[in-house]
Amino acid sequence: MPKVTIDGKTIEVADGTTILQAARMLGKEVAPPAMCFYTNLKTSGGYCRTCLVKVSKGSDKDPRPMPKLVASCRTPIMDGMEVQNNTSPEVIDARKGVVEFLLINHPLDCPVCDQAGECHLQDLSYENGSAKTRTEFERRTFNKIEIGNKIQLHMTRCILCYRCVKVAEQITDGRVHGVINRGDHSEISTYIEEVIDNDFSGNVIDVCPVGALTDKTFRFKSRVWFTKPMSAHRTCDKCSGKVTLWYQGDEVLRTTGRKDQWGEVEEFICNTCRFDKKLTSDWTIEGPTIVDKHSVISANHYEGMIIPNELTLNDIKKLPLLEKNTDGNTEF
Amino acid sequence: MQLTNRSKVIAKKEMSFMERLYIPAILGGLAITIKHLFKKKVSLRYPEVTRAFAPVYRGMHVLKRDELGRENCTACGLCAVACPAEAITMDAAERKSGEENLYREEKYAAKYEINMLRCIFCGLCEEACPKDAIYLTDRIVPSEYKRNSFIYGKDILVEKVDERIDVSKRKNEYSILN
Repeated sequence: MPKVTIDGKTIEVADGTTILQAARMLGKEVAPPAMCFYTNLKTSGGYCRTCLVKVSKGSDKDPRPMPKLVASCRTPIMDGMEVQNNTSPEVIDARKGVVEFLLINHPLDCPVCDQAGECHLQDLSYENGSAKTRTEFERRTFNKIEIGNKIQLHMTRCILCYRCVKVAEQITDGRVHGVINRGDHSEISTYIEEVIDNDFSGNVIDVCPVGALTDKTFRFKSRVWFTKPMSAHRTCDKCSGKVTLWYQGDEVLRTTGRKDQWGEVEEFICNTCRFDKKLTSDWTIEGPTIVDKHSVISANHYEGMIIPNELTLNDIKKLPLLEKNTDGNTEF
Repeated sequence: MQLTNRSKVIAKKEMSFMERLYIPAILGGLAITIKHLFKKKVSLRYPEVTRAFAPVYRGMHVLKRDELGRENCTACGLCAVACPAEAITMDAAERKSGEENLYREEKYAAKYEINMLRCIFCGLCEEACPKDAIYLTDRIVPSEYKRNSFIYGKDILVEKVDERIDVSKRKNEYSILN
């Protein structure tokens, strides 16, 4: 079992584990951000460069550092490897540059975008980016393409992470959409504007780290932070049926897969569960989903809040009597 | 039982002749009244005359339009989530073709309500606004007879195209911070 040290923390992992996966095992403080890597999608990762880390020691056998920063999602660990993530100013500077590149063509229309509040690019640029842009050119625009009545494509917001293409390849049986053109002109598209009608095509919404692919049935209905996530399940013959329902009042506005702390869905869900079952009676409610208290989604929601142990009068009465000093003052 | 040393013993001695005339006391009182006629007035003849407000005064809200008369608000909900009193509610809608002269972006607030009874005029909504849409002005929220009348909708909040509300003073206050 090879050993790897990331930001001073050591862990033993199985052969073939990537740096990113090892860092995620160590916890949120050391894990580099990732925009294109997705655990459940094979061959994902390596496109966005946000997970760049510095390898200061290659391995025990060859202790030379790697000459350049490496993409941690594609670099397997070696025994005795030492990796610097947040402790290396070089990495932080590089990541700032990557964020700037990702935002060059991003329209920054967050006030309009339905993804705002759960957008990974928002989090990434908030944590790693700079507040000002240096770009003077027009941002790229595309002709609008309708890809069906369930999914909305906003090509201007796309960062070309290829996650949705991998979903089309691996989860759905017939590949109906992909990336056309090259370089700056690359574009997510269904060939000849073909409508996505696969049973699992809705998962492209969940895997999209930005607001390029959003739920059309939820379009402009509400903001993410006004809705209340609830874990629920139903018996479905196509998928596991385990979902998160987003309530506003008594109304289910949106259904998504259950996401873990890295923002990745645990199980892909089918389109019937996602788009057609919008009644509380369709679901067995398990309870409110615990949202990280730093997330804007938890604003004004109090589930999962850690309530401090406040003393009641009875608790105080039970305390051992406070000892008194010789001069009669109570000592605390 | 005497509780404090400030209690006064009532003197029931008979009044003197001058005191019984009452006229000196009445004249003394009138003198005070007449003196006040020549003093600087404390009150103003509101609403004909208004007091000068500090540039940071936070009064009734306004939803701004841009220079082409289109509504700035895109119903992003940041004001509502920033509001500590939870006074703001809104419903968004998608702009249809032909409405480009009414709303600046493809999404707009179909309903925008501020409950003025809840509002504490803290100004966090204007600070949260990314679209330059909501500002607190130096206008005073009038009193009303019914609780429902305090829920201000877009009909009251959005400025009229022909009578714009000047918020340049407040903008300058903020530009110092930025």
